[in-house]
Amino acid sequence: MNPEEIYKTLTDKFGESILGFDTELAGDPIIQIVPAAIADVCQYLAETDTLAFDSLMCLSGVDLGAKEEELFVVYHLYAMQHRHSVVLKVSVPKGDAHLPSVSRIWKTADWHEREAYDLYGILFEGHTDLRRILLPDDWEGYPLRKDYKEPDLYRGMRVPY
Amino acid sequence: METTQQTESKIIELKPFTDEMVVNMGPQHPSTHGVLRLELILDGEVVREAIPHIGYLHRCFEKHSENLSYPQIIPFTDRMDYVAAMNQNWGFCLAVEKLMAADEKKDFAVPERAEYLRVLICELNRIASHLLSFGTYGMDTGAVTPFFYAFRDRERLLLLFEKICGARLTYNYIRIGGVSEIIHMEPGSLDEQNFLDEVKDFLDYFEPKIDEYNDLLTSNSIFSERTMGVAVMSAEMALSYGATGPNLRGSGVDWDLRRDEPYSIYDRFDFEVPVAKDIPELGAVVGDCWSRYKVRMDEMKESVRIVRQILAEGLPDGPVMADLKAVRPPKGEIYFRSEAPRGELGFYIVSDGTPKPVRLKGRSPCFSALSALQELSRGLMVADIIAIIGSIDIVMGEVDR
Amino acid sequence: MPEIFSEGFFPNINLQDETNWATDFVRDVIIPRLPEAVAGHFPVELGTVLVMVAFAGIFVAVVPLLPLVLVLAERKVAARFQNRTGPMRVGPWGTLQTLADGIKLIFKEDYIPPQGDKLLFLLAPYIIFACSFAVFAAIPFGDGIPIPGDFNIGIFYIMAISSVIVMGVIMAGWSSNSKWSLLGSLRSAAQIVSYEIPLGLSILTVVMLVESLGMQQIVASQDGGIFTWLIFRTPFTFIAFFIFFISSIAEVNRTPFDLPEAESEIVAGFHTEYSGMRFALFFIAEYANMFAVSAIGVTLFLGGWQGVLPGYDFLGGFPGFVIKTLGLVFLMMWLRWTLPRLRVDQLMNLCWKYFIPISFFNILGTGVWGLIFRHDDVWSIGISCAIIYVGLISAYAVAGRSLARKPEPQPS
Repeated sequence: MNPEEIYKTLTDKFGESILGFDTELAGDPIIQIVPAAIADVCQYLAETDTLAFDSLMCLSGVDLGAKEEELFVVYHLYAMQHRHSVVLKVSVPKGDAHLPSVSRIWKTADWHEREAYDLYGILFEGHTDLRRILLPDDWEGYPLRKDYKEPDLYRGMRVPY
Repeated sequence: METTQQTESKIIELKPFTDEMVVNMGPQHPSTHGVLRLELILDGEVVREAIPHIGYLHRCFEKHSENLSYPQIIPFTDRMDYVAAMNQNWGFCLAVEKLMAADEKKDFAVPERAEYLRVLICELNRIASHLLSFGTYGMDTGAVTPFFYAFRDRERLLLLFEKICGARLTYNYIRIGGVSEIIHMEPGSLDEQNFLDEVKDFLDYFEPKIDEYNDLLTSNSIFSERTMGVAVMSAEMALSYGATGPNLRGSGVDWDLRRDEPYSIYDRFDFEVPVAKDIPELGAVVGDCWSRYKVRMDEMKESVRIVRQILAEGLPDGPVMADLKAVRPPKGEIYFRSEAPRGELGFYIVSDGTPKPVRLKGRSPCFSALSALQELSRGLMVADIIAIIGSIDIVMGEVDR
Repeated sequence: MPEIFSEGFFPNINLQDETNWATDFVRDVIIPRLPEAVAGHFPVELGTVLVMVAFAGIFVAVVPLLPLVLVLAERKVAARFQNRTGPMRVGPWGTLQTLADGIKLIFKEDYIPPQGDKLLFLLAPYIIFACSFAVFAAIPFGDGIPIPGDFNIGIFYIMAISSVIVMGVIMAGWSSNSKWSLLGSLRSAAQIVSYEIPLGLSILTVVMLVESLGMQQIVASQDGGIFTWLIFRTPFTFIAFFIFFISSIAEVNRTPFDLPEAESEIVAGFHTEYSGMRFALFFIAEYANMFAVSAIGVTLFLGGWQGVLPGYDFLGGFPGFVIKTLGLVFLMMWLRWTLPRLRVDQLMNLCWKYFIPISFFNILGTGVWGLIFRHDDVWSIGISCAIIYVGLISAYAVAGRSLARKPEPQPS
């Protein structure tokens, strides 16, 4: 199936939760989804035989700029069996960034979500072990956000060099 | 009555389980392949839980990249998987090139000669990386000698890399639109012939050595005892954890991006994809440490095969760099994956049309494979943990980025 | 058998014994050379004690040089295996490298873990060091070379002393207050205690044949050339030799049985926290041990200082003994630089499921053999060698077939 057909299947199934199909920009076409529905959509994508998305290639948080109101979470999925891929995109407000976790569906999402939480401060509901992964546990702030200001000191050590 | 009560009260309940002991393995430890820290919860020698803690080598690669232009990012990719830096360069350049190709206004193609050089050098780099993995795996299981053999051969490869790009570890050789021209090799010149002859010499020397290493370590009965049937990762588990490359093939999934989603010029070469199989008479189970290790050993042979085909064809004439004015991909985003020695190396690039990316994520194969460690290691022994870490072949530079 | 005990435990050390070598030495060599005024009042007993102390001093002074040589040998051997040259800088061909390392270690900081048990921590290396050198007292180095502890329970004494080493290892591991050390020392305890059983049982087969525990008597019983060496005397001692050799590798904690100090798993095992000269003591003890168990193996199975041919001194005497011993030491090094390491459960499996049953079978077999052949003669040795030969051939055939069956590296 190509992304367009997948988009059609998803709109038939989920209706309002699928926000749009974005093909205008260069690169892969993107299916936009309501944050609250992402886990259900992913479950459907993974467990339907005609889709069978058995691997989550990448899960990334995205912040497009300091003035933007939203953060994005992008899911790159691939199905070994049918050899088709799809890109899902979810936008969450910066102030209250939370969405359901997909770590139940693909175990690799566990660490990728922890990384997104670590660097963007996006909370994944239903994640069993949402801790910082790359940064120290007591680090403050979320460094990959565009409005991030690095602290002057970390445990008495100077941070900017 | 009284006596029976007394005897009953004297029955001591035997508690076969002792207290649990928490041990920190790493970040400084001889065989965690860098600065991985494992929080081991031990019951004697048996591991109840091994919780990986990463981030000790976090160098903010992604944050840095947001403030650098695309060509400036290439040296940073070198530092991700420093054992196979060529492949990292290539993965990144492929992603940027694909994004740029989406722009219809620009006519842009990587020259043929550069493609051949890229495949040649990346396959050699794959051999170097697998050699390191082989050597350190021997060391992890207690055999020190294979390590020195592996390094002896890797040294010859590094000298070849030094010849072609001047660096031994962090090459910055593959550039967006071609390869670096710092060390100039005129097509058809004596320099080129010498280089190709040296590559050929190395292959002639190295190919029989693989069998020698198989004799030395792979078929050693203690080594097979240690690795066969240990930490079996089923195909479903490998897919779910996003294990890729040799780890996935070690779990019996016949999947190689070079063959199944051919990028660059891989569709012109004839090579096989080694996939693990059950070998009941030896005791090897698909998905165990031995299978993952064995896939790497076999892959080296396939890399030799690919390089031999390039040598037979000879490098085509022409420039090694596309005529690029500036690297300025159009607005959009791309995820591109390539087959690095450790698995599927993906780069997710979000561009807003400026010379700097808005967001760059490196999807590292080790990062995903390492997350399976916790589940793999449950109920095994301390020595097995080492065997697992060695068999999934992590490089912490890539895990932590 | 009974005459072993009828003489008393230490007959040769009995100072009143006229045949004591030390007494002889004092009476025949020292007293005639003394000034007459002194000689008259010089008590033989005092002289005996002095001579013994002097010999002990020679041992303490000379034997530590052995590890010095062995460490260098190990490094050079390892280098050869690994296509390197090994140490080359200090002295000609790097021969003084170990000495330089030793001097460096003396000047290193002597670190004592503050949370550890200080007394045990300080004591442990000395216990290991002392025990591994006490073993040398009973090793017969050659014909006419006096053994300080030549008593008739020699091999029993060696077993007893060498099992005290495990005490030192546990003390070191426990007192370091490090989890790696603790793991290492517990591994070591389990390993050494387990492997002592097949080791002891293999030694027992020899003792049954020789009917003596004394080292010199064991050597003396192998004086008829290579075919009277105990390894070829019966098929069972042939097996026992290999069990003895493998178990003794486990006893001295070397690859493939180096779990107590497995570098890639538990950092350095029981001596993780030791530094400087204390670490060097462990190191020296390890190499001294290696030499000692090889020497015991040579004494028990390979004819000790007896030559290969009856009546000739080829490969005999002190040089022959040392050559044979170093041969076994080289074999240990060879194994170390070739093989990977076993896991704990596999190590225990090997010992309890294979070595111990085979050792018991050996003892039974040796006993029956002794009933059939009351005295060793051409017949018994001929039959034994024939059985060993046939056994080796069939083992080779079986192993060869299984090797041939070994599938090619999986087709890709």
